[in-house]
Amino acid sequence: MATRIAEVITRLRGQGRAGLVPFLSVGDPDLATSREALLAVAETGADIIELGVPFSDPIADGPVIQESSQRALRAGSSLPRVIEMVAWLRERTDVPLVLFGYYNPFFRYGDENFARDAKAAGADAVLSSDLPPEEAADLVAACRRYDLDRIFLLAPTSDETRMRAVAQVASGFVYMVSVTGVTGARAAAPAAGIEDLVTKARAVTGLPIGVGFGISSAEQAASVARYADLVIVGSALVRRVFEAGPGGAVAAARDFVAELRRGIDGVRKS
Amino acid sequence: MHALPDARGHFGEFGGRYVPETLMPALLELQQAYEHWSNDADFNRELAELHAAYTGRPTLLYHCERLSDRTGGAQIWLKREDLCHTGAHKINNGLGQGLLAKRMGMTRIIAETGAGQHGVATATVCALLGIECEVFMGAEDVRRQALNVFRMRLLGAKVRTVDSGSRTLKDSINDAMREWVARVGDTYYLIGSTMGPHPYPQMVRDFQSVLGREARAQMLAARGRLPDMLVACVGGGSNAMGLFYPFIDDESVAMVGVEAAGRGLDGGAHSASISRGRVGVLHGKKTYLLQDELGQIQEAHSIAPGLDYPGVGPEHAWLHDTGRARYAAVTDDEAVYALRILAQTEGVICALESSHAVAYAMQMAPAMGPDQIILVNLSGRGDKDMPAVAAYLGEEL
Repeated sequence: MATRIAEVITRLRGQGRAGLVPFLSVGDPDLATSREALLAVAETGADIIELGVPFSDPIADGPVIQESSQRALRAGSSLPRVIEMVAWLRERTDVPLVLFGYYNPFFRYGDENFARDAKAAGADAVLSSDLPPEEAADLVAACRRYDLDRIFLLAPTSDETRMRAVAQVASGFVYMVSVTGVTGARAAAPAAGIEDLVTKARAVTGLPIGVGFGISSAEQAASVARYADLVIVGSALVRRVFEAGPGGAVAAARDFVAELRRGIDGVRKS
Repeated sequence: MHALPDARGHFGEFGGRYVPETLMPALLELQQAYEHWSNDADFNRELAELHAAYTGRPTLLYHCERLSDRTGGAQIWLKREDLCHTGAHKINNGLGQGLLAKRMGMTRIIAETGAGQHGVATATVCALLGIECEVFMGAEDVRRQALNVFRMRLLGAKVRTVDSGSRTLKDSINDAMREWVARVGDTYYLIGSTMGPHPYPQMVRDFQSVLGREARAQMLAARGRLPDMLVACVGGGSNAMGLFYPFIDDESVAMVGVEAAGRGLDGGAHSASISRGRVGVLHGKKTYLLQDELGQIQEAHSIAPGLDYPGVGPEHAWLHDTGRARYAAVTDDEAVYALRILAQTEGVICALESSHAVAYAMQMAPAMGPDQIILVNLSGRGDKDMPAVAAYLGEEL
């Protein structure tokens, strides 16, 4: 049976467009607002959603997601709350849900328990920022047992050897980090070199390629949509939702996702 | 000598490389460079010459006769790393990695620091080697350790204030790693303890082992026998690994790492990752960590800023699990008491970190025979701690 992510990829190819993958930290600024914002994102045109699992020490994240994580933790968010959120969303939407976090909360929960409970709640994939393929054997095995996709990162520093190592364990899609650096909106679109990197990655893996880190506008999203299968937007969305305040969070999420979709949908792929 | 870590940096289940993919190529390159240069005769000669001409090695091995008389029981000896240039063992690692960075063609070094000791050591090495230096330090630590901030700047380093998270050591490591992710092409991250992803725990241990090798030879020369017990304080654990490692095959030698019990192990305000932590993953390695049930990292506390870290080097976690080393904990009160007694009986004012080891030795000695020997690594001198000790004792300076 095709996974939800595989079905989305097939549909996107049929439609001749790239997919939009928004990211939000679960529980920022509080669990109730976060829940409504995530549902709004799902209903407004997200093709896949990344649910950020907050961690006290997010070393791959810039200030926007660091602060978002901190707010979520203060609001009582945690891996069990994130899994409950998945179950709540799954009753209301078929959009694939990726749990995106750092390894320690997953490890403490237990690789096996985590994969089992995430799958039971309706999650589709897992991504751990600080877990390269070399250390991922336990989590990968647990995900395989429960038929969860395993998303791994590639970076501008990745050579062909690294690409092959990632291709061996990844499924669903590969997440190409578009900047040598941490997450966070940047003024310029990802450098031209990223397109070459995506081309190189395609020669190594047949998996769809998502590109993220630093994409902050519909214009930038459109430029990435030309060569990527999925366009991933995190910090820019997190910031807009936060700045709108609890009362405006849902509307801000809906507006920005719709705006990003318009940018992406303007790029037709053959 | 045990042949650990394995090729991927594991000490049993501990250690490893838990980092964002962006850093993996740099870590693999660093591992290769380290394997190459650590076996290069010229590299090792240059490091040894610098240790002799600059660090002040070998440092003394000293018999504390008055302290031993006062305590009773075993004879307490000190390995005097407080006599190293810059006042602590940190320079051993700083010089080793600094030379490595230079051989690798890196033009810029970054480092994290808590109290500022590793930051000062790194700034010193960068001044000596002519490399640009930037030190990440939590805003809270910048405030508490103004003197060390000034020292680093005087040495030509840039001090970057870290405002994220709890604004202390763990956050300065977070930000240094983020900076490394962003500047991995031209920047060398000089980690100051036996922590971080592979190959750092191994590399730092190896560069610090110079002190253990010296101590072993000096003890044999002075008394014709090995000590019965080694004692060293453990934060990240570099001075302890440097002492323990050359003795690992000497089965008659007991090894004790002393963690900071802070205001008491049961109150939650301590830094005793092995005594009270759970296994987890932070800053590139799997090890014992202070964390809650859900895997969020907790704040550490110790009066000794160098022990104030919620994790411990992975090799210590492994030595603990295999039983080759034992780990105890000493409170702030006991550490300050030991600092005063050592000062008054031997005329040596040690660092608050090192006084944890002294305190433990003083507790163990009475139960041992007068012909037995406890060797304590006196990892640093106490000048930096005088304001904190005075405040602790309620005295105004």
